[in-house]
Amino acid sequence: MIQLENLTKTFTLPSTTIVAADKVNMTVPSGEICVLLGPSGCGKTTALKMINRLIPPTSGRILINGEDTSGLNDIELRRQIGYVIQQIGLFPNMTVEQNICVVPKMLGWDIKRAKARAAELIDLVGLDPRQFLHRYPKELSGGQQQRIGVIRALAADPPVMLMDEPFGAIDPINREIIQDEFLKMQAELKKTIMFVSHDIDEAVKMGDKIAIFRAGKIEQFDAPDKILAHPANPFVADFVGADRTLKRLRLVTAEEVTDRNCPVVSRRATPQEARNAARSSDSRIIVVIDADHRPVGYVTAEEMEGADGSITDFAHALPATVPVRADLRAVVSEMFANDVMWLACTDDKGRFAGIVTQPAVTAALGETYKRSEMN
Amino acid sequence: MVRQATGIGRNVQLLVMFGLGIWVCSSGLLGQIADNWDDIVYLSKQHMVLVGASGAAAILLGIPAGIWLSRPAMERYAETVMQVFNIGTTIPTLAVIALSMTILGIGFAPAFFGLFVASLLPIVRNTYTGLLAVPPHLKEAATGMGMTPRQILFRVELPNALYVIFSGVRTALAINVGTTPLAFLIGGGGLGELIFTGIDLMDTGMLLAGAIPTAALAVMVDFMMGQAQLRLVPKGVNPLR
Ligand SMILES: Nc1ncnc2c1ncn2[C@@H]1O[C@H](COP(=O)(O)OP(=O)(O)O)[C@@H](O)[C@H]1O
Ligand SMILES: [Mg+2]
Repeated sequence: MIQLENLTKTFTLPSTTIVAADKVNMTVPSGEICVLLGPSGCGKTTALKMINRLIPPTSGRILINGEDTSGLNDIELRRQIGYVIQQIGLFPNMTVEQNICVVPKMLGWDIKRAKARAAELIDLVGLDPRQFLHRYPKELSGGQQQRIGVIRALAADPPVMLMDEPFGAIDPINREIIQDEFLKMQAELKKTIMFVSHDIDEAVKMGDKIAIFRAGKIEQFDAPDKILAHPANPFVADFVGADRTLKRLRLVTAEEVTDRNCPVVSRRATPQEARNAARSSDSRIIVVIDADHRPVGYVTAEEMEGADGSITDFAHALPATVPVRADLRAVVSEMFANDVMWLACTDDKGRFAGIVTQPAVTAALGETYKRSEMN
Repeated sequence: MVRQATGIGRNVQLLVMFGLGIWVCSSGLLGQIADNWDDIVYLSKQHMVLVGASGAAAILLGIPAGIWLSRPAMERYAETVMQVFNIGTTIPTLAVIALSMTILGIGFAPAFFGLFVASLLPIVRNTYTGLLAVPPHLKEAATGMGMTPRQILFRVELPNALYVIFSGVRTALAINVGTTPLAFLIGGGGLGELIFTGIDLMDTGMLLAGAIPTAALAVMVDFMMGQAQLRLVPKGVNPLR
């Protein structure tokens, strides 16, 4: 857990004084990622660097896991905080392995343990230890360097990580990949992370909480969905953008709005069976599945009225299916692309898992607004 | 690329030396040079002591001085000091030797001191600029990871500046070796004695007896420095590897 209490930083220049952080208060619970978000120069980096005292605070308190950090000396404090910067800062004179082992060695680990840790971590980010441990940073691509930068910070297993625009210098495609990898890792490691970003999309994706900064002050500190659905003031609304509701689509997975009661029939079923299935679940759509429970087509209740023969004579092809794990942005995109009002969802094994309809999507997004109107 | 170029340079050097050797042998100069053998041995020793002592002193003082000037606490004065040093490097080495004599008289001491001063400047300058050129984000990462200032200096700053520092030492030693024959002029001895006396007496044999070992020493020192730079600078920051 990281707690900031009235954290303030003023820079005194010959001509003026700049208040880079103004009575910042926030709590990041253990295992969560808090994104500090805001336009350039709003004080995100300053707030972050006060935590590992690269910038000494002017006033206020910082507590890590309940302990006031002012009792620790700078060196002790920094060795138990992972630090990742945009420029990565791998030491070019050291191999990847040596880079990763810097902090463990300073903490007095024996060499074997440190090296084993390096190999384990490099494996964790999907790089081959035999191939990469003995390379120099200049022999790696930008994305590989950034992965090493992240695992170097994780080497001594610090409870807290500070990340200052860690993926900012990576091209958009690789950035998405590294973000996903990092989230997967975080799901296991459960570090308490302060993450600086100036990109709302990244913040929404990475953050359990987002703190929006303006001129050293926190304008809003909330879960991403709250920030997008209920911006606290015009500044926040403007910063998150006019398409903020669309951005919320990313925060919800298809699973959460799937209608699991959609009737299904096998390919060998008769129209009579389909009619019964439709009637009992009060649904217009009946999905046809194969022997492995995979969706292969659909029929409508109207078509089945008075119909005769085999289901397969009536079945329409499904324009597309979406995995239940997909976020609603992907789902809606698929709907628009195929000009349809609903899509069949599949689970990890490709089995039918229900349908997502456009009304269900809009209802999910609208719910939060209705709730706040009633309040 | 770089290595290839120096390879070609070395071949040319060897060829020239080989040609010189043939010429020296065929013209009967070899005998004349050999006549000076005792002097060659004695003066070479003196010469190498001068080079070694003044060079070592310059390295031992120059590198710490460069480090010291590059520390944040010295930021306000460092640039001024470097300006003075830069003016210092424009003074011809002969003048440095002469000035040294006016202060310290004649003999080993002024020769040593003059050579020391002449080789000090490139070492200090390269150490200083090499350390300043280490990217700030490396120092930030190192600090953020909890390295002490000392650890940052020895594990991050110096290794990353080492190539530039080595270049400074190489230049310094080239200047040193090239200037040492002048030490004779202020009573410092060395192979300059054979060269200058040879010129005075128009005795080509004696002149070559001084010039050839001087040239050989220069080639050898530069070769050794090149090898040291190639092998001692860490692979990740060595443009030669
Ligand atoms: N060392 C410093 N000296 C003076 N002003 C500074 C210093 N560091 C940052 N600032 C100022 O503090 C404000 C916040 O900077 P910073 O935290 O780097 O912003 P951000 O990371 O949000 O872009 C800016 O106005 C910046 O100019
Ligand atoms: Mg910043």
